[in-house]
Amino acid sequence: MELNNIEKLIEKYLEAETSIEEEKELRSYFSSPNVAPHLKQYKYLFQYFTIAKNETSNKSVTLKTRKINFKWLTVAASFILAIGFYTFSEVKNNNQEKEALQAYFQTKEALQLLSSNFNTGTEKMLYLNKFDNTKNQIFKTNH
Amino acid sequence: MNQTAFLNLVLPFKDKLYRLAKRLLVSNEEAEDATQEILLKLWSNKTKIGSYKNVEAFAMTMTKNYCFDRLKSKQAQNLRIVHSNYKDESIELQKKIEHQDSLDWVGKLMQQLPSQQRMIMQLRDIEQYEFSDIAKVLEMKETAVRVNLSRARKTIREQLIKKHNYGIK
Repeated sequence: MELNNIEKLIEKYLEAETSIEEEKELRSYFSSPNVAPHLKQYKYLFQYFTIAKNETSNKSVTLKTRKINFKWLTVAASFILAIGFYTFSEVKNNNQEKEALQAYFQTKEALQLLSSNFNTGTEKMLYLNKFDNTKNQIFKTNH
Repeated sequence: MNQTAFLNLVLPFKDKLYRLAKRLLVSNEEAEDATQEILLKLWSNKTKIGSYKNVEAFAMTMTKNYCFDRLKSKQAQNLRIVHSNYKDESIELQKKIEHQDSLDWVGKLMQQLPSQQRMIMQLRDIEQYEFSDIAKVLEMKETAVRVNLSRARKTIREQLIKKHNYGIK
């Protein structure tokens, strides 16, 4: 590789006008052992680029996490739904019992009221009987 | 699309996502988390993958945005991602250490660049993307990419010369 050519390429490189191919040329020149001493500082630069490109992430990709989450989510949802239905029906049953009991007490009260009124009616009827008796006596004596 | 098809599509550029994330976030762990997050996002949107013109470029853009979000949230919490990737260098020769040192130096110099220049350099000099692809990934104009790249390269060169001539001139 001609030194002159490399120097020109470096000038172009600094102006960001080199193509990918030309940059590859520079890289290969600076990875060779005989680099001109006045260009030595570029050696580190281009070697760093080569090394940096080989760096890899050690962690492997995991994609399953979301799937499992989804599965468990359905299980949890159905569980909650089941509990919900159960408690809901419980509450409903309780309510029905309460309503029935209330209705029972109400009718009982109403019937009691009725019977007590009825009783006062019969008490008044006793006076009527007395009146009837006295009337009969009077009429008997007159005959 | 099933899982193996997805992985076959994604694995060729997975490390590119990782390296870009690492360039921006510095820490290995943060970069790995970012990669994982991006791939999961792609996987959960797998029905749309067919409509993307260039899945790789799309994923790179996602990585860029994700990393910026991460950096923003870290800054808001007044935290800095601490870089501590320990290496065992016990058996290395002095010369090798010096060599490695100079290479690490380049990495550190890149770290000092503004994040946009850093990303452009990462994509061009390390991943060897074409300018049109870089423009697509970073949502910039091609000329702006070139200008920024030129600036970044010149800055690095000046720093390297400074370091190289330290104590000589």
